[in-house]
Formats: sequence, C-alpha cells, structure tokens
Amino acid sequence: MCVTCGCGSGETRIEGQALDRDHSHEHPHVHADGTVHSHSHDHVHEAHGESHHHDHGPVAAHQHDHTHADGTTHSHAHAHQGDHAHEHDGSGGSNHAYRPAAANAHSHTHGHAPAHSHAPGMTQARMLKIEQDILAKNDAYAARNRALLAERGVFALNLVSSPGSGKTTLLVRTIGALNGQMPMAVIEGDQQTALDADRIRATGAPAIQVNTGKGCHLDAHMVGHALESLAAAEDGLLFIENVGNLVCPAAFDLGEAHKVAVLSVTEGEDKPLKYPDMFQAATLMILNKVDLLPHLSFDADKAEAYAKRVNPSIRVLRLSATSGEGMDAWLDFLRAGLAAARAKRQETVDSLKRRIAELERQLAAKA
Amino acid sequence: MHEMSLAEGVIQIVEDAARAAQCRRVSAVILEIGRLSSVEPEALRFCFDAVSRGSIAEGARLEIEDVPGTAWCMQCSESVEVAARLEGCPRCGSYQLQVTGGTEMRVKEVEIE
Repeated sequence: MCVTCGCGSGETRIEGQALDRDHSHEHPHVHADGTVHSHSHDHVHEAHGESHHHDHGPVAAHQHDHTHADGTTHSHAHAHQGDHAHEHDGSGGSNHAYRPAAANAHSHTHGHAPAHSHAPGMTQARMLKIEQDILAKNDAYAARNRALLAERGVFALNLVSSPGSGKTTLLVRTIGALNGQMPMAVIEGDQQTALDADRIRATGAPAIQVNTGKGCHLDAHMVGHALESLAAAEDGLLFIENVGNLVCPAAFDLGEAHKVAVLSVTEGEDKPLKYPDMFQAATLMILNKVDLLPHLSFDADKAEAYAKRVNPSIRVLRLSATSGEGMDAWLDFLRAGLAAARAKRQETVDSLKRRIAELERQLAAKA
Repeated sequence: MHEMSLAEGVIQIVEDAARAAQCRRVSAVILEIGRLSSVEPEALRFCFDAVSRGSIAEGARLEIEDVPGTAWCMQCSESVEVAARLEGCPRCGSYQLQVTGGTEMRVKEVEIE
C-alpha cells in the first residue's frame, strides 16, 4: 500500500503478476529566474490507472528552488525509485553533472553557493483554464477497450454487486448453460486470491484473475491489461466480475456494453435506495436467489419499484442461479446482445470490404 | 473509497497542466462537482490533501464548486431541479426523471505561480 496516501497503488496483480510498466519521461520546469531544468526519470509503475506514484522522501524531489545567476539551462537524469540523493557538483560554472544515486536520504549538495540568489515575490499567480473531466484518463482507456471489443464482436458485461450476491455462481451456471453455443471468457476482480477464476476455469471457460490489492474497484486500465493476456473470445461473451462493492465500481467505465447489478433476495430490498449510484449506472438488475423467497420476508416487487425509482429505464430479471428458475430470460438477453455485437462487427467488416473493393477499382483504373 | 482514485486523477490533470505551463507551483485547484455525481466532496477533500503531498500542488487550496442537479420530468414535460438521485420531481413527485445535469466531476481551473 502506498504509505503517502493509503491507496492500493502498487498492489494490482493480474494472475499474480504485478502490473509493471517501466518508462521514463521528461519534466522540464522553469525557475523564477528563467532557468529551465529538464529532468528525466524512470518510474516503475505498478499501479492502477495512469497514476504516478514515486515514493520520494518527505519533500517533492524535483522542486529545487535554486537560481543560477548565469541563466544556464541544464538537464539531469535521476532515477526515482524510493528516496534518492542528488549531487550537484557544478563548480560555479555552467556545467552541472547530476548523477543518479540510490541512497536513502534526499540531499542536495550544491558546489556553487555564491552564484545562488533567490528572488521571492517575483512570481505572479494566474488562473489556468482546464475544464477536464476527472475520469478522463479512465474513460479514454474504457473507449479503447470498447473499440477493441467491438472489433472482435464481443458482447461485454460488467457485473457489479455487494459481496455474496451470487455473481460467480451465476456465471458458472450461465457458462454451463451456454457451453458449446458461443465462446465465453471471464475477467475476475477481487482484492485477493484466485479462487473465483479457479471456479470459472473448472467450467472450461478461460478466466483471468485481477487482484486489486487494497483497491475497491476495477478500472479500465486493469481491464485493458487483462484483455491483452486473455485470449478473448472473438464473437463471444465477456463477463467482467467486478469487486464486490456497491459504491465505487459505479463511477468507472470499463468499456462494457452494460453494467449488470446483481441483488440477492437475502439482502435488503431497499438496497437500490441506499446505493442509488450503482443502480442508476446499471441497465439491468438481476434479482438473484429467488428460490429462497418463500423463506424470507423480502418483497421482490418493492425491490423492483425502488430500482425503478432510482433508474426508470432499468430492466429487472428475477432468477435463481442455483435452481435455474428464470435463467432463460437472462440467457435470451445474452444471446440477443451477442447477436447485436456480431452483427455490428459484420457490418464494419462489410463496409471495409466495400471500401477495399472501391480502392482496388480506382487503382486498376489508374494502372 | 474511490475518492482516492479520483483525487489521484485530479493531481494528474493538474500536474500535466502545470508542466505544460512551466509553472513553479500550483496554489489553488478549482473543481466542479455535481450533486448527482458519485463524489462525496468532504472525502475528496481529505484524499486531495493526502495525494497532493509531494506534488506540485502540495498545500494548494481546493475549491469545490457545487453544481445543482437538474432533470427532465416526463410528467411535467419540464426541466426541474433535483437535490439527490432518490428524490422525485419537486413539482409533481414523479420518479420519471431523466437526469440532465449535476453529474459532472471536472477540474475547472488551477491557479499557478
């Protein structure tokens, strides 16, 4: 866990492998006197989204507020992988040799003290318009996933619910019922363990486990990585089983066709009112474990009415993944969704073929 | 607590903008958070303080502009203001509402030095 902010950064794992992305980038910045520094540093990203977590020491590593009287521009490279030391041995002149070091303290040794001058009050605050969506990065990844899935003719669903509502059991039953009729694959999201992916694989369908560590939801970046490793079902179904949590996954688009909220009758019928964001984000609500209704005081009509109060256009299916009751409507929904995804892909392929034929005709005419 | 991820998203946007503008410091960050978005402003504030530490926006003032929720009421055929997802139309009480505004979560502007 990140010790600075307490987030689960650095703990995301896909099939037990850390999500590593090594790259470096340049950070130019200007000091009050107009000196331009360009730092390039290597980050090891092991985390969610695009967030950069460099564990620097107690202070920001590259805010060196020093002024070089001669106005020199210099660049230095250092590795950010934990705390580090910089040694600036420019000896009064304009040549600064900064070398990366791997010590534990963040210390600067400047060999040109006389040339330093600080000019406080020289800066002026100004406003900078940004107008950018906070989730823009996630949404860009989601759009990429969506395009990839559309290219492959995949019908993808993001299953969300509280823990224990029966998402995995529903998937196992669904795969059993549709086996041999269409390709299917599953991305399993849990904080820890590969237990759910193991349960899916036992049915014969390919599954990949994403462990979010301390994270409370899957994001589009994690799913994009999982899609790279998962020999995704072309012209088939993809189920993304989100982390059991009725709050956080609501805000994160993964590139799915629909969010499906699973509510079991062993929970309270007022859950749609208590967690409205999730039921608002979903297009379909599955009321699961209806075989238990005779033994409970759960009011299914009320639950449905509450869901529709939060989201008037939500569709509701009542079923039991254990007894199989009501499963047909769910399977029909999946078949119809897949047929539409395949038709769309075919349409794209057909229009590309027409385009190629047209270009070939033009080429032939010129030859 | 997805406010932590959102706060990281804010810092990232702010850092990108600050880098492009080649500024020394970000002294204020102004967000627009709709009342119907899935963000709890106080939780976001708490997370922002934690996440901004060590970034160019360390110590920056966080201003959160509240955007009221609006929806189209199918019964009234009119645009109405709604305070929360659960609430019905303030005029007729109907829940046949189509949300039209108040779901934004945006970084509006930053004050740089």
